[in-house]
Amino acid sequence: MSMLEVAHLKKYFTTQKAVDDISFSVEKGSIFGLLGPNGAGKTTLIRMITGIFFPDEGSISFNGKKFNADEDSALIGYMPEERGLYKKMKIGEQALYLARLKGLSSSDALNQAKDWFTRFEMQSWWNKKIEDLSKGMAQKLQFVTTVLHRPELIILDEPFSGLDPVNANLIKDEIFRLASNGASIIFSTHRMEQVEEICDHIILINKGKKILDGTVNHVKQEFKENLFRISVSPLPSFLPDALFDVLIKNEDSLTMRIQEGHTPNDVLRYFIDQHSNISSFTELLPSLNEIFIKLVEGTSLSRQFQPVQA
Amino acid sequence: MNKIGLIIRREYFTRIRNKTFLLSTFLLPVLIVMVIAGTVYLGIKGRTNHRIAVADQNGYFKDYLKSDSAIFFDFSPSVDTLNYAEHNCSAVLIIPELKEGEKTIYRLKYKKQLGLANIDDLEKRVNAAITDHLIFTKTNITRSHLDSIRASSDIAELQTFSDEGKKSQASSQGLSYAIGWACGFLIYLLTFIYGAMVMRGVMEEKTSRVAEVIVSSVKPFPLMLGKIIGIGAVGLTQFLLWVGLIAILILVAQAFIPQELMQEVNNMQKVNAMGSAQMAQGTEAAKQIFAFKQSLQTANWTLIIGSFVFYFIGGYLFYSSLFAAVGSVVNEDPQEAQSLLLPISMPIVFSFIIMSIAVQDPGGSLALWASLIPFSSPIVMMARIPYGVPTTVPYWQLLLSMTLLAGGFLFTTWMAGRIYRTGILLYGKKPTWKTMWKWAFHNG
Repeated sequence: MSMLEVAHLKKYFTTQKAVDDISFSVEKGSIFGLLGPNGAGKTTLIRMITGIFFPDEGSISFNGKKFNADEDSALIGYMPEERGLYKKMKIGEQALYLARLKGLSSSDALNQAKDWFTRFEMQSWWNKKIEDLSKGMAQKLQFVTTVLHRPELIILDEPFSGLDPVNANLIKDEIFRLASNGASIIFSTHRMEQVEEICDHIILINKGKKILDGTVNHVKQEFKENLFRISVSPLPSFLPDALFDVLIKNEDSLTMRIQEGHTPNDVLRYFIDQHSNISSFTELLPSLNEIFIKLVEGTSLSRQFQPVQA
Repeated sequence: MNKIGLIIRREYFTRIRNKTFLLSTFLLPVLIVMVIAGTVYLGIKGRTNHRIAVADQNGYFKDYLKSDSAIFFDFSPSVDTLNYAEHNCSAVLIIPELKEGEKTIYRLKYKKQLGLANIDDLEKRVNAAITDHLIFTKTNITRSHLDSIRASSDIAELQTFSDEGKKSQASSQGLSYAIGWACGFLIYLLTFIYGAMVMRGVMEEKTSRVAEVIVSSVKPFPLMLGKIIGIGAVGLTQFLLWVGLIAILILVAQAFIPQELMQEVNNMQKVNAMGSAQMAQGTEAAKQIFAFKQSLQTANWTLIIGSFVFYFIGGYLFYSSLFAAVGSVVNEDPQEAQSLLLPISMPIVFSFIIMSIAVQDPGGSLALWASLIPFSSPIVMMARIPYGVPTTVPYWQLLLSMTLLAGGFLFTTWMAGRIYRTGILLYGKKPTWKTMWKWAFHNG
């Protein structure tokens, strides 16, 4: 059963269609990548899922029931891209306050907060204020306040921006741990290398519309261009155009596109027949970054404002 | 709802525990007392003593012009218009021969400005001298005789009562004026102080982006309401602390009054309580304390403090939600807030101006209307109430004013809530009045 099911969601503002008929579902315990260029409608989409906005059309169901912002917000943890905490409030009190707003009892909130502060080695921060923290430290704290109330759905908008590699890894490990404990995670970003590393399933939205949906592997397969790299020595003197196009030619390796109607087996057979020694043969799958750029390019990156007839 | 309670508690305690709250609570009254004491002190001490040489052609001013510590008249013949400065005189008064029934100009030449108050005083003394001299020449009554008549003629004292049917209540116009003005001014001040505090709080949440985190747990309206109520509670706490502080100050001040004097005052109170029309006898100091106590007793303090609390809360709720709406639509730039604040602060300032008129004419039609309309009623009504309920302010007016104010703040809170919920999440350009109007009154 899906943890979150979004169907035909629409939200139109006066100047643009921020979210235009988007559907997807997030499985329990999975890490879901929500990708898209700036201004694609990610934040609006997330705001509808967190109950901040009401959709104009479409439905959101949560654990199989219709989403109810008042009750279900306690089960959602949201870390917005534009982060913020009260600058002048003590860190410990702040963590407790935010957890209690999510419905935790004061003793439960205190236990959870102590737990997380110990895990992230932040115990000494308890009586400090946000203004005393560095940006990276504030980021860690923001993550802790997002997950303190044991949410079933965690929405992280660019969670690694501003973090050094050590702390980024710390957060990444926590994300995996939370997912393996059954929490679903929506991970919104435009940093593709992180998505490949972390996400099980992704959707790509652009200009308010979903243009891609699938597992990372599936998407890559879909966009593969039959590119392979082969390491051979010696290189045969004749390279048959009918079989493959050579894209890059090095001393002992080739990057090639196999022609339509032929298989890698045909290529390997050719080299074997030529008595070349093959040391490696790999398929070159496109990176998500390439797919992203390919799909988004050509559409003007910054959305144009146009009146909506609706 | 539980969440509103959490928000109220946070807003309240973070402010109460703040050092600036303690400082402003205890320093403001001290500051006010110091300003008053300072003005009084300077008013007394600031008057320098003047020595004025007199060149008199009539000959009688020497006997009739009264000198004292503020102005001393020097009649020594060696001083003239040329050398008065060398004789430590700041000015010279040249009085030509004065004829009865004819306007004659007399002159004052000065090296050192005397100031308006002193000139006024000087003129009065010269006129009194002329009158006293004329009385003597026509009726042969000497100056000392006149003075004694004047002293013994100060025997009548006016007391005013407001007519409340069966009983009449002793009242003091002066005190009503003072209380009315003070209450109106205080509400004016508190509305601004706490309104601005609400606005800053909202701006802080918006610019620090914490609003987005919070509204994923709580709807914007309870968030706004929690902030308004929390800060209002801070204001109320501060007001009650002030009342307590004033009460303590009065007790302390009483402790400094000598025992015999208090005894005397108590005796006077007893005499007065017996309903004698005779003014109680006593020393000058005792009389003053007695008069002060007496006039304080004419005010209906329960009514005044009770309605003050109501109008403070009502006015605060009416305006603070508007301040919250402004805070929600502006970004980091405080300049943006300025222009949006104008339509909110204008009616407050305007109410204050109406209040200063209403406090002099509490029964007038301007006072009546302004004390009914919710935009101005918190400030203006508080200026009228000390004059007496139900005499100056009939019950129906008080009730109508309170009902309208309650309706008014429900409306402004509703409207501001709708602007707030959109504004708080909108970054970038400041919205126009038209778009804000849409947020407030169109469904969406």
